[in-house]
Amino acid sequence: MPNHSEVCPESTSPSNKFNLSTAELKEMAKKLRRHVITMTATAGSGHPGGSLSAADIITALYFKVLRYNPKNPQWSNRDRFILSKGHAAPILYAALAEAGYFPVAELTTLRKLDSRLQGHTDRKFTPGVEMSAGSLGMGLSFAIGVALAARLDSKTYRTYVLLSDGECEEGQTWEAALSAAHFKVDNLTTIIDCNGMQLSGWTRDIMNLEPFIQKWQAFGWHTIDIDGHDLDQILPACQGAEKIKGKPTVIIARTIKGKGVSFMENNAAFHGKAPTWKEAERALKELE
Amino acid sequence: MAEASTRETYGKTLVELGRENPNIVVLDADVSPSTMTSFFAREFPDRFFDCGLEEQNMVSIAAGLAASGKTVFATTFVVFVVCRCFDQLRLCLSQPNLNVKIVATHGGISVGEDGTSHQAIEDLALCCALPSFTVVVPADAIETAGAIRVAASDYGPFYIRLSRPKTPIVYPEGYHFTLGKAVTMRQGKDATIIAMGIMVAKALEAADNLARQGIDCRVINTHTLKPLDKAAIVKAASETGAIVVAEEHLAHGGLGSRVAQIVAKEKPVLMEFVNLGDRYALSGKADELLQRYGLTARDIEESVKSAVKRKQYFQARQ
Ligand SMILES: Cc1ncc(C[n+]2csc(CCOP(=O)(O)OP(=O)(O)O)c2C)c(N)n1
Repeated sequence: MPNHSEVCPESTSPSNKFNLSTAELKEMAKKLRRHVITMTATAGSGHPGGSLSAADIITALYFKVLRYNPKNPQWSNRDRFILSKGHAAPILYAALAEAGYFPVAELTTLRKLDSRLQGHTDRKFTPGVEMSAGSLGMGLSFAIGVALAARLDSKTYRTYVLLSDGECEEGQTWEAALSAAHFKVDNLTTIIDCNGMQLSGWTRDIMNLEPFIQKWQAFGWHTIDIDGHDLDQILPACQGAEKIKGKPTVIIARTIKGKGVSFMENNAAFHGKAPTWKEAERALKELE
Repeated sequence: MAEASTRETYGKTLVELGRENPNIVVLDADVSPSTMTSFFAREFPDRFFDCGLEEQNMVSIAAGLAASGKTVFATTFVVFVVCRCFDQLRLCLSQPNLNVKIVATHGGISVGEDGTSHQAIEDLALCCALPSFTVVVPADAIETAGAIRVAASDYGPFYIRLSRPKTPIVYPEGYHFTLGKAVTMRQGKDATIIAMGIMVAKALEAADNLARQGIDCRVINTHTLKPLDKAAIVKAASETGAIVVAEEHLAHGGLGSRVAQIVAKEKPVLMEFVNLGDRYALSGKADELLQRYGLTARDIEESVKSAVKRKQYFQARQ
């Protein structure tokens, strides 16, 4: 895997774009998943389940799709990635560290006093974090604001926002959905990590969202339905979303909560619980 | 006293600011004809977003715009943005310290006939509870223009509360608004009335009446509630020995609470409080309501007299 300075020397361009092959991306996704396990196990708390379900999406974005420069996190034409489901902070931190925003060694400071890696994402402290999150349902609105600013400034950056399916139970998400269509926000790609679970169980049992795709369509959105663990579907979906003009696009990514670790998969118990060291060892073995 | 609309001043000032600064963006939530952001919308349609009846969405969109470098004014009635969107104010604006100005109209019971649901009387407690927020309640249209201009140029989240009815003009043309610096509207040595917003004019009227009765009353306008001008309050406590706080707000968490906290620590003196207590009001005309719920010049006068009497009693025993 080329490190980022090889990909793009600081002197030539402010834009930094990783361009990994699919095989390299798969390895990277595994690596990020291993970080999630180590980070949460070290912290003794955190949210592994929703971090693991988003791992392939985050990998595709940070190591193939997004333009950014970790040496200049505020570069004004960087693509913006907004993590609305702020409890999935570990997977974002893992990607940011591997991308070069801060040392990988810092990852195990997660949730510790004075760490830059707060329990939920906080834009004040962590380079590369665009939004402070943790109360669900606000990220799509925030992303619309970011995308509208690009339009006002005639900037070409693209905004990406990752929501959870649970967040679609929040009224504000649907306020935002209406307004994105109304304002014709087409420089924004919304991705939903549809792992079918939330904190305490299955979404269909707690608050059924179906018919989900039809809801987004009825709100005026273009929809793309994919397997959120298949890089060969994630990458074309992101490219496809960029081509849709005059309306917003949502990628409904079908995922598995806890994906990659057998005893965490589809297991709500690991929504907000860290693995013990024994469990972590087992998980890391599975992720080799 | 001559009167003017603080809302109209807000609308006009926004247009001036829009001409001066292309970076200003304005959001409203379907009430722009009332909040007068409609003036800005007409002149700068590209920089105005009507978010419809989506106040929470509006606040978070404002945060996204601000995080991308915009100076954002987000406006609706107080109840709909402060009371409904507290979590958005907290997580999207206060915690990340983003440059969004919440300017909300129709504060207090002087909203009038629309009644309880529309009378925001908890807003100052809520907004003062938010670290990084600056909170301003202008006394008249002239002060409103000054406060809006400062909000546009100073970085950080602001909450500015405006009223529905016209407000008596208490300042001369050319008054210069200084954020965080209370204004001594009138000197006096027997007691101090500390007020803000529509209660400033009433405090001045009360002081006039008290002067005729031989009580020499200082009047201070603490237009900036957060950060509060501690020096002016301590000075008033030291020099006058009695303080009456008048506000169009519930008893707790607003100006009275905040002044008392300073006085208790720095210079304990007798205090009286003119406010709405711990109850909601009803529909009625603004003036009728202010009368019914104890927010008149007369109410302030009575409180000053009581404070002065108690002060004298304790002084005599010392
Ligand atoms: C407004 C709000 N309510 C409740 C919570 C507590 N909480 C944290 S995560 C979560 C649900 C997790 O499910 P989902 O949103 O689908 O996330 P994922 O499964 O992708 O982890 C809840 C209820 C919260 N963070 N914010």
